[in-house]
Amino acid sequence: MIELKDVRKSFGSLEVLKGVSLTVQKGEVLSVIGGSGSGKSTMLMCINGLEPIQGGQILVDGTDVHARSTDLNKLRQKIGIVFQQWNAFPHLTVLDNVMLAPRKVLGKSKKEAEEIAVKQLTHVGLGEKLKVYPSKLSGGQQQRMAIARALAMSPDYMLFDEVTSALDPQLVGEVLDTLKMLSEEGMTMILVTHEIRFARDVSDRVAFFHKGLIHEIGAPDQVIGNPQRPETIDFLKSVL
Amino acid sequence: MLNYTFHWRPAFNALPDMLWGALVSLQIAVLSMVIGVVLAVFLALGRQSNNKLLYGFSTGWVELARNTPALFQIYMTYFGLGSFGIHLDSYVALLAGIAFNNAGYLAETFRGGLRAIPHTQTRAARSLGMTAPQAFRLIVLPQMFRIVFYPMTNQMVWALLMTSLGVTVGLNTDLTGVTQDLNVRTFRTFEFFAIAALIYYLLAKLITLSSRLFAWRLFRY
Repeated sequence: MIELKDVRKSFGSLEVLKGVSLTVQKGEVLSVIGGSGSGKSTMLMCINGLEPIQGGQILVDGTDVHARSTDLNKLRQKIGIVFQQWNAFPHLTVLDNVMLAPRKVLGKSKKEAEEIAVKQLTHVGLGEKLKVYPSKLSGGQQQRMAIARALAMSPDYMLFDEVTSALDPQLVGEVLDTLKMLSEEGMTMILVTHEIRFARDVSDRVAFFHKGLIHEIGAPDQVIGNPQRPETIDFLKSVL
Repeated sequence: MLNYTFHWRPAFNALPDMLWGALVSLQIAVLSMVIGVVLAVFLALGRQSNNKLLYGFSTGWVELARNTPALFQIYMTYFGLGSFGIHLDSYVALLAGIAFNNAGYLAETFRGGLRAIPHTQTRAARSLGMTAPQAFRLIVLPQMFRIVFYPMTNQMVWALLMTSLGVTVGLNTDLTGVTQDLNVRTFRTFEFFAIAALIYYLLAKLITLSSRLFAWRLFRY
C-alpha cells in the first residue's frame, strides 16, 4: 500500500505539492490527470525518493520513504518507475539494459538475469530485439524496453510518468496496450497520463490534480464522466 | 657550406637499439595514460564536488598541469622532489611527470564529457535501485569514455612525444635517450635524429590508427 499524508514539496520558493493525501491499495490502478505543472510527475519522483519532500509523509508498505534510516536503494527495488523520456542506457544492448539491475542490484547470476530479461522483453513484445542497441529502436519500442527493465526487478508497484507523451501518435497504442496488459495482470500502478480515454478505460480510480492539490478523486465514470469541480470540468473540456 | 656528408650506415646499424628505445618510450606513454586516466576521473569528480578541500585540490592540480610547461613538471618530479630528499630514478620521475600532466588535461576533458550525459541517465539507474557509485560506474562512465575517446587519443600521442623530455632528467633508455647517446659517440646528429623523428611519427600514427580500431570495436551503439 502507498500512502501519502499531507505531502508538501517545493522547488525553491515554488510550492509544487501543497498537501497531497492519497492511498493506493495493492492491485489498484490509479490514474492521475491534470494540466502540466500541476505536480503530478513530481509526486511520482517523491514516492520513490528521487526527490525530497518538505512536509508530510509518504509510506510504502509502512516504510517512511523520506526517513533518514530508510534504505532507498532497497525500497526502490519494489517500486518500478518509467519516465516520459524512456532513458534507455544507450551503451547497452536491449538485453543488457534489462539484465543490468537484476545482476548488480539483486545479485542474480548471469544466467538467471538473462532468463528474467528474456521473459520480460518477450512479454512486452521485444523478444526479437535482444541483441539490438536502443538507438536502433523506435520510441515506442524503447519505452516498452524501459517498462521491461523496471519489471525485471519484480516490483510490487509501478509508477508511470507520462510514458506516452514523448511518442509519435502512431506509437502510443503499443505502449498503452502494454500498460493495459499489466493492469489486467493485477499490477499496482500509478499512471500519470494525458490519455484521458485510456485512463477512464483502465483505471480503478482517477485523481485530478490542479495547482499542487487533488481536486477530485474517485471512480473514472465519476471524475471523468461526471466531474463536479469547475477546475475538473474546464480541464476535461480543454483536453477531450 | 653544404659540405656535410651523409653517413646513414651507422644510423641504420643502430636501428635495433633505437627500436628498443622506442618500446621504452611507448611503455612510459601507455603507463602514464593508465595512471592519468584513473587520476583524471577522480579529479573531474573533485572539480564537481561541493567539498571545498576536494574542489581546491583538484582545481590546483588542473591549473598547474595545464598552465605550466611539461618540462617544468618533469623537473619538479625529479629535481624538485629530490631537494626534499625524495629521489625518484629518471624513469619513474618522467612517468610521474607525464602522468601528472595527463591527469590535469584529461580531468577537464572528462568534466566536459560528464556534463554531456543527461542527468536522467543517473536518475533512471538510481530508480532501479543502483547506488550512486554503481550508477556512475555502470551507466555514466562508459558513456563518458565514448564522448572523450578522441581527445584521449590526442593526449596519448602528446604523452608519447613528452617522453622525449626524459633526456633532461638523465633517462638514456628511451628513444631520445638512446639517440642522444649514439649522437654523442658518433656525431651523426642529423641522421640519428631524423630516424628518431620518423620512429616517433610512425608510433604516433600507430596510436591514432589503433585507437580508431578500438573505438570501432568498443562503441557499437
